[in-house]
Amino acid sequence: MQISILDYDMANLRSVQKGFEHVGAVARIISTADQIAQADRLVLPGVGAFADAMATLRDRGLVDPILKHIEKGKPFLGICLGLQMLFDVGLEDGEHRGLGVFKGKCVRFDVDQTLGLKVPHMGWNQINLRVPSPLFRDLPEGSNLYFVHGYHAVPEEESIISSTTDYGGEFVSSIRRENVMAVQFHPEKSQAVGLRILANFAEM
Amino acid sequence: MLVAVAQLVELQVVVLDVAGSSPVGYPFFSHLMLTRRIIPCLDVDRGRVVKGVKFFDHVDAGDPIAQAKRYQDAGADELVFYDISASHEGRGIMADLVSKVVEECFMPLTVGGGIRTLEDAMRLIQAGAEKVSLNSAAVKNPALIAEVARKFGRCATVLGLDANRVYENGVESWYVFVNGGRVNTGIKVMDWVKRAEGLGAGEIVLNVMNADGTTSGYDLEMTAAVSDAVKVPVVASGGAGSPQHMLEVLTTGHADAALAASIFHFGQYTVGQVKQFLHEHEVPVRLV
Repeated sequence: MQISILDYDMANLRSVQKGFEHVGAVARIISTADQIAQADRLVLPGVGAFADAMATLRDRGLVDPILKHIEKGKPFLGICLGLQMLFDVGLEDGEHRGLGVFKGKCVRFDVDQTLGLKVPHMGWNQINLRVPSPLFRDLPEGSNLYFVHGYHAVPEEESIISSTTDYGGEFVSSIRRENVMAVQFHPEKSQAVGLRILANFAEM
Repeated sequence: MLVAVAQLVELQVVVLDVAGSSPVGYPFFSHLMLTRRIIPCLDVDRGRVVKGVKFFDHVDAGDPIAQAKRYQDAGADELVFYDISASHEGRGIMADLVSKVVEECFMPLTVGGGIRTLEDAMRLIQAGAEKVSLNSAAVKNPALIAEVARKFGRCATVLGLDANRVYENGVESWYVFVNGGRVNTGIKVMDWVKRAEGLGAGEIVLNVMNADGTTSGYDLEMTAAVSDAVKVPVVASGGAGSPQHMLEVLTTGHADAALAASIFHFGQYTVGQVKQFLHEHEVPVRLV
C-alpha cells in the first residue's frame, strides 16, 4: 500500500521517502488537502520550530484534512515535530496551539548539566517499550535510535505512551492510540533498526 | 560485617560525590543512556574525499559515496562532509553528492564548509543534510546563525570553529581562525562559542588546529573548557590518532562526540574497533 509523506516545507523528506523505498514500499510526497484526503497511510515529518510548522499547516488548510485522516482510522505516523504537533500545546518560544489530537504539552528538556547532559538531546539512545506497538515488531532489545530534539511531549493520558527513553529521567519517545502512531526519534536516520520501523508501518 | 558496612558507606559517599559537582566524577556515565558518538569526517574537494595534515598537503583518500556506505556498515553514528573547495561550483557538486548519499545511507549527515547564506544552507538541507555547519561565514556575519536556526531549528544549526593557542608576550590565549586556519580573527574562543549558542547554534564542532592532522591526541583542556561553558553538545575535532585519544576526549575532555578523519580513512582503525575499546572502558557507545 502506498505511503503519503506530507511536504509543508518544514523538513527534508527525501530521507523518509528513500527509507520507505528501501524497504520496498511505494512512497510519494504530497502537499495538498486533496492529496491527504486520498492518502491511505499518512506520514507527518517535521523539524524546526513548533509555531512555524503549525502556522504553515494552518495557512495551507492542511489541519482539517490531517484530523479527518486520523478520525477515519487510517494509519498515521508522526516523526519528531510530527509527534509534538499532535498535542494541544507547544511551549517553544511562547505558548502555541497544536493539532490537539492528544491532551498534553511539549516542554523543553530540563536536565542537569553537571551530569554531562546537554540540550538538544542529540544522538543514539534506547527505547523502553511500555505497551506493544506494531511499529516495534521484531525490534532487537536495546536497539539504538537517532534522536535530535530540544523539546519533548508530556501527555496527560498515560495509556498513549508506547515507549519512554532515559535522559536525566524518563521522557516519552513514542506514542500510539489505535491507528495514530508517532515517534520522537528519526527512523529514517536510524540505519537498519529505523528501516525496520518504516517497514512495520508500511506492512501494517 | 562491620567492614562490609564501612565499604558500603564509603561507596555511597563516592557516588554522592560523583553525582554532585565533583570534577573527578564528570561525566557520570551510569546515569546516561545516550551513547557517545563517533563521527568520521570526510573533507571533500569538488566531489572527492581528501584529508590534509595540518591543513595543507592534501591526499586523495577516496570516493565519498563509497566511503559513506563503508562508514555506515562499520557503525559510524554520523558523518560529516566538509567542503574544502568552497567555490560556487564546489557547493553545487556538494548538494548533488548529499542527495546521492541519502539514497543509500540512513544516518545523520552534517555538511560544512563554504556555507555563506541561508540559501546555501537550504540547498544542502533540502538535498538531505540533517545539519549544516557554519564556520567562517558565521564569524563575518553572526546573524547567519540566527537565520538558519529560525528557519531549520537549533537542532539543524551547527557552529564549526577552528581554534588555536596563541602566545603573546608569554601569555596564552585561545583564538578563532578562519580561511582554512590562515587568519586569526582576534575573537576569543570562549566568547565566540557562548555568543553562537545564544544566537541559536544547537551543536558546536571544535576543531583545534595545533592538534589537527597530527594524530597526537585531541586538545583536552580546550575541549573541556568549551563543553563546560555551553549547554549544547560539543563535538571534539583535531588530533585523533588512536582509540585511547577518543577515550580521553570523551571522558577528560567532556566531549559529547568525537570526530576523526585520517585514523579511519587510511584503515589504521575501524569505527568498530574504536567503539569496542570505548565499550571496554565503560563509555556508552552504540555497538552494531
